[in-house]
Amino acid sequence: MPNRVVNILVPVISVILGLLVGAVVMLISGYDPVAGYSALWNGIFGDAYTIGETIRQITPYILSGLAVAFAFRTGLFNIGVEGQLLVGWFAAAYVGIAFDLPMYIHLPLSILAAAVAGGLWAFLPGLLKAKLQVHEVIVTIMMNYIALHTTNVLIRMVANGGETTEAIKETASLKSAFFESMTDFSRLHYGIFIALAMVLVMWFILEKTTTGFELKAVGFNKHASDYAGMNVNKNIILSMVISGAFAGLAGAMEALGTFQYASVKGGFTGIGFDGIAVALLGANTPLGVVFGATLFGALKFGSLNMPNAAGIPVEIVSIVIALIIFFVACGYIIRYFLVKKNNKKEAK
Amino acid sequence: MSFLEVLYFIVPSAIFYAAPLIFTAIGGVFSERSGVINIGLEGLMVMGAFIGILFNLTFVGTFGAMTPWVSILAAMVVSGIFAIMHAVATISFRADQTISGVAINMLGVAIALFSVKLIYGKGQTDYIQERFIRFDIPFLSDIPVLGPMFFKDVYSTSILAIIVAIGAWFVIYKTPFGLRLRAVGEHPMAADTMGVNVTKMRYVAVILSGMLAGIGGAVYAQSISGEFSHSTINGQGFMALAAMIFGKWHPLGAAGAALFFGFAQALSIIGGQIPYIDQVPSYYLHILPYVLTILAVAGFIGKAHAPKASGIPYIKGKR
Repeated sequence: MPNRVVNILVPVISVILGLLVGAVVMLISGYDPVAGYSALWNGIFGDAYTIGETIRQITPYILSGLAVAFAFRTGLFNIGVEGQLLVGWFAAAYVGIAFDLPMYIHLPLSILAAAVAGGLWAFLPGLLKAKLQVHEVIVTIMMNYIALHTTNVLIRMVANGGETTEAIKETASLKSAFFESMTDFSRLHYGIFIALAMVLVMWFILEKTTTGFELKAVGFNKHASDYAGMNVNKNIILSMVISGAFAGLAGAMEALGTFQYASVKGGFTGIGFDGIAVALLGANTPLGVVFGATLFGALKFGSLNMPNAAGIPVEIVSIVIALIIFFVACGYIIRYFLVKKNNKKEAK
Repeated sequence: MSFLEVLYFIVPSAIFYAAPLIFTAIGGVFSERSGVINIGLEGLMVMGAFIGILFNLTFVGTFGAMTPWVSILAAMVVSGIFAIMHAVATISFRADQTISGVAINMLGVAIALFSVKLIYGKGQTDYIQERFIRFDIPFLSDIPVLGPMFFKDVYSTSILAIIVAIGAWFVIYKTPFGLRLRAVGEHPMAADTMGVNVTKMRYVAVILSGMLAGIGGAVYAQSISGEFSHSTINGQGFMALAAMIFGKWHPLGAAGAALFFGFAQALSIIGGQIPYIDQVPSYYLHILPYVLTILAVAGFIGKAHAPKASGIPYIKGKR
């Protein structure tokens, strides 16, 4: 079996295994897995509205997946996407509310603000990693909590003590009357085009620029890159900042597209953490991220239909997603069985 | 409030908040000393907290005042079993240890919340009736200054945490098992050559870390929160991980660091009742534990190195 096929089979088998174990969990818990999964299916593809909402959910997943994947390619594990997304969300909403500008300036400015905020939030972990060899995982996790508290305080300030800011100006909105009419007034917005454009941007940076080559080289072998004259520290920081910018954009999707405001949060959105799953399933490639985001975004939105239609808690889908990550991480053993089975066939 | 009164108030609270972190951080020490990174401590703690509360609510009629202790045992066993997943993935299946840990975290939260909804039909459990209670240690609490600070109104779980930390130090540094554990984490091939079963050692260490994190979670839930919901365990596992790094992978160092983080957490919760500190906006107190963690791992308080083989799967015969 060619390596390429194995590389594609591993995530596919992981997804199937994840769904199977999810079904077993439902069975043990006394739920009907068939009813559960059909409720999930209807929650994703039921009608024009749910399809619109599913694509809406996929949009930030693409960006958070890109964020995780981009850092991974430089050998960095950015668990801080969640926090970078939150600061991006706030920045976009703030610019969207505070300024009165024509749309062709206001909208790009709001989006840019989110990217800059996310990038800045990721700058510190990158700097600490580059200069002091501090493991980025712990720092980014802590930055998540700091982001949660900080944005909550800022949102209260902008909202004059309330829990929710006013709506952003129409000139900063990604709302799409066209999509609304097509999908029975779902919240699907133009952000999906931004997300897909960023997929191209990531591909371009990694495959067509010297910077991208250096970033990947640092990911493969830090010491060799250093020996070849590349500035490893600069590349580590740059990679984190670009990754953070993608994460910030994911926040902009929520601020300017889905919700049109920012609100005080009791906990994390989960989009950033699920970005890890998206990137992993997509093997950290731009195109793979699109597939991963489509799967997880659909699962996540579809699961909302499960409590109503089948009486099953939505967390079942979180279990399935966690299991899929787990199985992809255990890719070695799946590979082992695939190759072994294949060798037996060839021996015959 | 005089300065001494403030100390009498905050030192017991710091120890109180530190106890769950100490258990979990010691668990992290065992795992990482054997060469397996365990980011999954958070998920294992969530599992421990959930099982602790579930057991407590279910069996309070059977065990009465002993319920919290039995619940801790139950949480220990279940989290230990849950940790086997991480062990199988990272040791036998050569999975990326960080990613497997992330999966354990997500899975722990998802399973716990799913079960809560399944069993109670709502997003959070009821409050437990039997909690850990404070008591005065006889004689010691009569010592001036030190007595009220350390021995008055203490939780037995805090004492247990200190005992476990000292016990872990003894096991890791004074027993053959500990020597093998450290050898496996520093240079697995050398250990293997000398007849140490690397795989077995690592399995034992990861399961131990799960058991201790389970205890940590159950202690937190039954002494601090009193119920289980999505926000019961809110980064404590990661804080324990940071305490372990801050403590330079040494059980007593980790316990000391955990005390420090406990202090930061206590300050963020009871700070409003202390003169001067109540002037500080609560926001700064809330982010304090996290900022301190970053400063700690950034090595502003001293540089340390992880066990050499930490994060690398051991593959026999590979050089």
